[in-house]
This record gives sequence, C-alpha cells and structure tokens, in this order.
Amino acid sequence: METLKWPIIDFFQALSTGLLVGGTYGLMCVGLGIIFGVMRVVNFAQGDFMMVGMYVAYYLVTGFGILAFLGPYAGPVVGAALAGPIVFALGWLLHRFLISRVTGARVVSAEAEGHYMQIIMTLGVALVLSNGGLILFGSQPLSVQTPLSRESWEIGPIFLNQARSVAFVLAAAFAAGLYLFLTRSDLGKTMRAAADNPIAAAYMGINVDRLHRFAFGLGVGITAIAGGLIASSQSFQPYIGFDFVIVMYAGVVLGGMGSILGAFWGGLTIGLVQQMSTLILPYQLQNTAIFVVFLLIIFFRPQGMFGRVSERP
Amino acid sequence: MRRSGLAGQYLAIAAFAAVYLLIGWLVHNSYYQLIMTLVLIWATVGVAWNVLSGYSGMISFGHAAFFGLGGYTMTIAFVQFDITPWIGIPLGVLVGMLAGIVIGLPTFRLRGHYFALSMLAYPLAMLYVFEWMGFQEVSLPMKREAPALYLQFNDPRAYMALALVLLVVCMIVSLHVERSRFGMSLTAIKQNEPAASAAGINPLRWKMLALIVSAGMAAAVGGLYAVVLLVVTPQTMFGALVSAQALIIPMFGGIGVFWGPVIGAAVLVPLAETLNAQLGNILPGIQGVVYGVAIILITLLAPEGIYWSIRDRFTSRRAARVPAPSTAGAVAIPAAAPPQQFGHPAADGEALLSLDGISRAFGGLRAVDDVTLSIKAGTIHGIIGPNGAGKTTLFNVINGFLLADTGSIAFAGTELVGRKPHEICRHGIGRTFQVVRAFPRMTVLENVIVGAYVGTASNVEAERFAMAALERVGMADEQAQAIAGGLTTKQLRLMELARALAPRPRLLLLDETLAGLAHDALEDIVQIIRQVNRDGVTVVIIEHTMQAMMKLADHFSVLDHGKLIASGPPASVVKDAVVIEAYLGRKWMERAKDPVA
Repeated sequence: METLKWPIIDFFQALSTGLLVGGTYGLMCVGLGIIFGVMRVVNFAQGDFMMVGMYVAYYLVTGFGILAFLGPYAGPVVGAALAGPIVFALGWLLHRFLISRVTGARVVSAEAEGHYMQIIMTLGVALVLSNGGLILFGSQPLSVQTPLSRESWEIGPIFLNQARSVAFVLAAAFAAGLYLFLTRSDLGKTMRAAADNPIAAAYMGINVDRLHRFAFGLGVGITAIAGGLIASSQSFQPYIGFDFVIVMYAGVVLGGMGSILGAFWGGLTIGLVQQMSTLILPYQLQNTAIFVVFLLIIFFRPQGMFGRVSERP
Repeated sequence: MRRSGLAGQYLAIAAFAAVYLLIGWLVHNSYYQLIMTLVLIWATVGVAWNVLSGYSGMISFGHAAFFGLGGYTMTIAFVQFDITPWIGIPLGVLVGMLAGIVIGLPTFRLRGHYFALSMLAYPLAMLYVFEWMGFQEVSLPMKREAPALYLQFNDPRAYMALALVLLVVCMIVSLHVERSRFGMSLTAIKQNEPAASAAGINPLRWKMLALIVSAGMAAAVGGLYAVVLLVVTPQTMFGALVSAQALIIPMFGGIGVFWGPVIGAAVLVPLAETLNAQLGNILPGIQGVVYGVAIILITLLAPEGIYWSIRDRFTSRRAARVPAPSTAGAVAIPAAAPPQQFGHPAADGEALLSLDGISRAFGGLRAVDDVTLSIKAGTIHGIIGPNGAGKTTLFNVINGFLLADTGSIAFAGTELVGRKPHEICRHGIGRTFQVVRAFPRMTVLENVIVGAYVGTASNVEAERFAMAALERVGMADEQAQAIAGGLTTKQLRLMELARALAPRPRLLLLDETLAGLAHDALEDIVQIIRQVNRDGVTVVIIEHTMQAMMKLADHFSVLDHGKLIASGPPASVVKDAVVIEAYLGRKWMERAKDPVA
C-alpha cells in the first residue's frame, strides 16, 4: 500500500508545481504572443528582456532595497510590477532606434528574407543584453529573497510553495487584465486590427509603426513582469534568457502563434511538461524535454493546439 | 553573380594561405599565434555555415550542434578509447554528417522563423544531454611521447598550419560548390524556391546535400578546436554563442561567398579576443557584446556583409548600364532542338494532357471544381475566365504546386497527381508565372541555365541548351548577360519563357504572359509563342487580352467559379451566351457583330 502511494503523491506534487510554474510561463508567453501577433516579429531577445526584468525586481527589492518600506510581502510583488514599465521603456527605445529599421508595414508582407533580418537583429540585441548583463550584474546567480520563498502551504501531502502560489495568482490576474485590455479598449482593438491586416490598418489611418512600438514595449514589459515574479522562486544569471526563449516559443507555438489567450494556455502546458518530465527524466533534462516537445509541436501541429489555422510553417 | 575564373580563385586562395603562413611564422608571441589560429578556426566555421545558409538562404541558428558533435566525438574517442585525433576528427565528421541527415529530414519541412527556431533548439537540447551524461569538462590526456601522432605540438604554429590546411580545404570545396550546378541550384532556391522547383530543381535534395557538407565541415573544425583548447565543455561546444558566431562571422564578412567568413573572422575574432584579454576581468561579457554590436551594425548598414558592399562600390559604375532591349521583332528561330520524348509519344490531335474530374478547395472555397478537360498535342489552348475563376489554381494543380483534392491528370500516359513540381518539370511540362518569378540577382543566361539543368549532364551542355532557348525568344545577344533584376517587363516575360523552354518541354503552361505589355511587345511575344508551337510544343495559355487570344488560340476553355463552363473552338465559344454572361459582357456581344480585328 505504502509503495503504491508515493508515485501518486509525486504525480500530484509535480502537477501542482507545474501549474504554479506554468502560470508565470503563461504570462511570459502572452508577452511574446503580443509581439508576434501584432508585429509578426520573431524576437530572440525576449528571454533577455525577461532577464532584465528579473534584475530590475532584484535591485528594487533586495539590491538597493528601495522597496523595503513596503515590507517583505508586498515589496517583491511591487518590484515585479515595476519591472513592467521600466522594461517597457527599454523595449520602446530599442524598437524606436533599432528594430523598427527592419520591421514595420514594409516588412510584414515580405517573404522569408524580411523575417530573417528581424531575427538576426533581435539576435544581436539578445547578445548585447545578455553579455551586457554579465558586465553590469556579474555572473553570480541571484534571487529575490522574500519570506515566502521558503514557506509552503500544505494541502494534505502536497506542498505549494508560497512565493510560487502568489506569483501564479498575480500572473493569472495580469494575463486576465491584459486580455480585457486587448478585447475591450480602443487601443487594444486597434492593435488587433493592425495584427490582422497591417496594410488595411494603415489605410484606415492607424499609425502602424507607432502601434508596433507600443506592442513591442508592452510585450517585453509583460514578459519582464513574469520574470520579476519568477525571480522570487528561482535563481537567475544573465544568460538565463536563451533557455527561456525556447520555453516561451514552445508555449506560443503550442497556443497557436498570434493567439493571446492560446499563448497563456500554451505557457501553462509547458510549465506542466517541465515539471512532469522530472517524474520520468533526470532533473537536468527538464529543459531538453521542453525542446523535444517544442520540436514535436512544430513538426506535427504548427498551427498550435488552441489557435486558429492562420499561420503555416 | 559571375566572378573571376576558377584558376584565379585558386591563385587567390594560395596567395592568402602563403601570406598568412608567412606572417604566422614571423610572429613569436604565443598569444598572437593562438589568435591567428582562432581566426582560421572561426573562419572555417563560417565557411561551413555559409555552404548551407549563405547559398540556400535557409538561415541556421544551430550550427553549434555539428561543431559540438565533432568536438565531443573526437574527445570521447581520445579519452575513452585512446584513438588519435587523426582518426577521431574524421569520425566526428561522420557523426556530424549523420546528425545533418537526422536534423535536416524533418527540419527542412519548415520555413522562415519555424526553421530558425527549431535549429536553435537542437544544440541547446544537446548541451543539456551532454551535461547530464557527465561531460561537464573533459580534458585531453597528455601524450608527450608522440606529439605528432596525437596532435599535441609544442610549437603553436603547428596548430596554425593545421587550421590553415582545414580552412583551405573547406574553401576549395566551397569554391566548387559555388561554381557548380550544386551552388547554382542552391542560389536559385534562395532567390525563388517555387520558380526553382518549377524549373526542375529538387529543393529538398540540394538543401540536404548542402546541410550534410556544411555539417561535416563544422564537425571537422569542432574537432580541431577541441584539440587546440585541450579541453571541452558543453558551453564552449554547444553554447548559444557558438551558434551565434557561426552566423555572425559570415553575415558580417559577406554572405553567399566563401571569402565572406574569412573577412568576418579576420576582423571580429582578433577584436573580440583582444578586448577580452585586455578588459575581460572588468567586463566579462565583452566578447558577446562585440558580436552582438557587430551583427546589429551590419544589419543596419550593410545587410549582405562587407564583401558585397565593397564589391558593389567597385563594380556599380561598370555594371550600371543594363543592355538595352533588342529592337522589335527579333524572332530569329533556328531549327530548334526537338522536344524531349517522355512516355508515349502523342501525335498531333491526340490528347497530350487529360484532366479528369479535378477539384481543389481552399477551406470552403471551391477554387477548381470538377474540371474535366483534354489538351490536344500540337495545339495552343487558351484558358479564359473572370478574375478568381480558378485559372492559376488549375495551373498550380497541373504543375504540382497544389495537390488536387480529387481527380486525376494524365500527361502522355503518366499520372501527375501526387508528383512534385520538379518531377513534373522533368516529365516535360514547363510553366511561367502570372507575376514573373525570376532569380533577380542572376544574369538572364544564368536564369535560363538553371532551367536547362533538367536533362543535361554537364554544365557546358546546360549552357548550350540555355543559349538555344534564349535564341528562340530573341535574347541570345548582349541581353543574356544582363542582371535579371534590372529587366523590363517584356524582357522578364521572355526570359521566363526561355527558362521554361530550356529543358525542351512538350507542354508549356503560360500564365498571363501577355499581361501588361505594350502593343508592339505583345505582338512580338505572340509571334514567338506561335513559333514555339510550330516547333512542336503544345501550349496552354491563360490570358485576358481577348484580341490576342482570338488570334493565338486554336481552342478555348472558359472557367467561372472553378467550373468549366465552355470549351471549344474560339469562334463558337465567344458566341456562347453563358460565356458572354459570365465573362465577356454585353459590350463584347456588340463588338462581336463586327469582324474581330
């Protein structure tokens, strides 16, 4: 009896941890999904913007301790939330001066070659951000310390890490808010119109370039918030972006490229895959499991599980 | 595209190698010697990347996979089985090539960003696997007793010489790829893949070959890198920076030409290494920043790399003048080569192409709806109908771009449904496109040579076929050397016609070849099509210019909403009330009372 019980508990433990981790992955993927959905740009630097968000949260909460006055509970949350606008500004500027040179309405309709110039540009940005991060922040792994990081709620035999649980709730709230913004507000509707048909949108008097800049800033800002939330339950260093870029793309592709809601479910699923893989695979191979799932999705269902059939490989 | 001759290139490579070796021999500082070796190693990685991505345009973000496999194969063979790198490196090459096949087969089905992202995933996945297998840091054992046997030289210049030999070998292989049918096919695929496959090139075959060659080179240099460093770690072999360098060095130096990576490595490697040595302690990521900034600058300022920018600056004045189109009516048609014979010969009047119940839908839209039609050998068959009637879709189904949902297509006794475009081209069906699909950076002659690869064994023969085809359209003069990107509409249409004629097809599918042409040009092309037809090529033509069609076609078929609504001799079809209602309109009926001009 006892011997049967443990694998089941392990299963539910991995399931619940996977859901909690997956919530923040979901938010992260929503950020990438906005950029891809609106701009059709593959942003390699997305993971590095997330990394910047982690460091912003770290310095606000632990490093400089600016948010210490908010106390150990609210501080990390506010720190993560503040990473959003700061990284939004960084993304806005990078788009204004670099990325807009190889994107925009002019490139949207272009074939493969136009896409490649964007990918290569964002690869350059990724290298500068991650290595610039190494210069600025050092290679020492860090994490945002909160009293919640080491506390767990116990539900029967299952442990729910408190920092992760809080991050999950906040991530889901941010994603829901964003969904309402995109579906209800005028700006959100404009963005979706420009995503559907940038050329028609331009004829309707929408400034597509300015909209893309906003979408890029919003997308990286959202991902940075997710990064800030993760930072309290996971240690990070400047090179963490490259791993997460695959995690995020796996989620976005799974959800159907271009679908915002799908991106959230996709990210959640990837979190589950990552945690569940530890049941059968060694701990070090959890990212390899994600890559394999990612490749399988691309090969067999490139339109995703949740999205509409609009994008083909 | 045409560059100096093969002998000149060999001379240039030899001169480069000699000068490099001379400088290397005079340098005594071992640190500079190491940098000079690293320049060669990364140049080779770039040359390897260029063979796939530079020539074919499929940008790989994961060449670290092959580099790392080469390095680890050599290392594991050495450490665990005491196998010398002289054998270990070739073993690594085999493993790398095998990985190329395993990775290429599924991944080449993907396009654009999907291809890029999945290529990125392979080396990262391998990185974790090698870490998990316990190869975090593997050092090569010291073999002082037999340095030459185990590639452990005291003099760093020996490594430089080895790296130089490897680079030169890869450059020569690259040169031959560039100058052969292999390279031309890859370039054609890069510039316009649908046009290349319609011209008989099998894209998957050439891309796979390019990946195998490229992976082999990357694996070889990965093995050598491990020998030079004496230690491998998953990060130095499979890390994202390795893949990034493999891409950035050739993109910086010049894409699609093997000198590009050499230039790129010669600039970037010393810069990054020196900065790393000087400032590495205070600025630990400076190397990555150098590569990141380099690729950002190059995408903004010279998207094709230094080599092409410099070359364009030198040649722009000379090449600016595109030869003028030859004066009107150059319809000099010599006794053209007879069309090739595939399958059963079809005598004039017999059906050469028979469509039976062909349908093709896009979602709910039935673009081609149960079309049954037969094209008689030796005729000119016009297909008319309003915009969106499914005419081009019908062509796409015939030449294999689209798979028919139902029905069958017989061409001289062969079933075409299910065959790929390049196979259908090989069976003797050529086509042109509604919007001309040229290979814009090739010359007119090169464009047509690509078409002539079908059915020719040697390059000389292909060129002869291409010239014959150009002669048939009246472009076998100075126009043949013009770059396709600068041609007039008429020249483009004629060039595309020549490309379709080059493999000597039995059937030509012409998609609005006459659209958008001035009256004179239209007359010229009508004459050429007539002559081609008289030489024995059956023609199916989509056209809106009714006057030209009335003169040209022996037979009309009318499509509307995907359905064949009429088929027959032109004179009777244009009087058909249904056709007038659907397509021609009332005005036509009034004009038709007068004799057709």
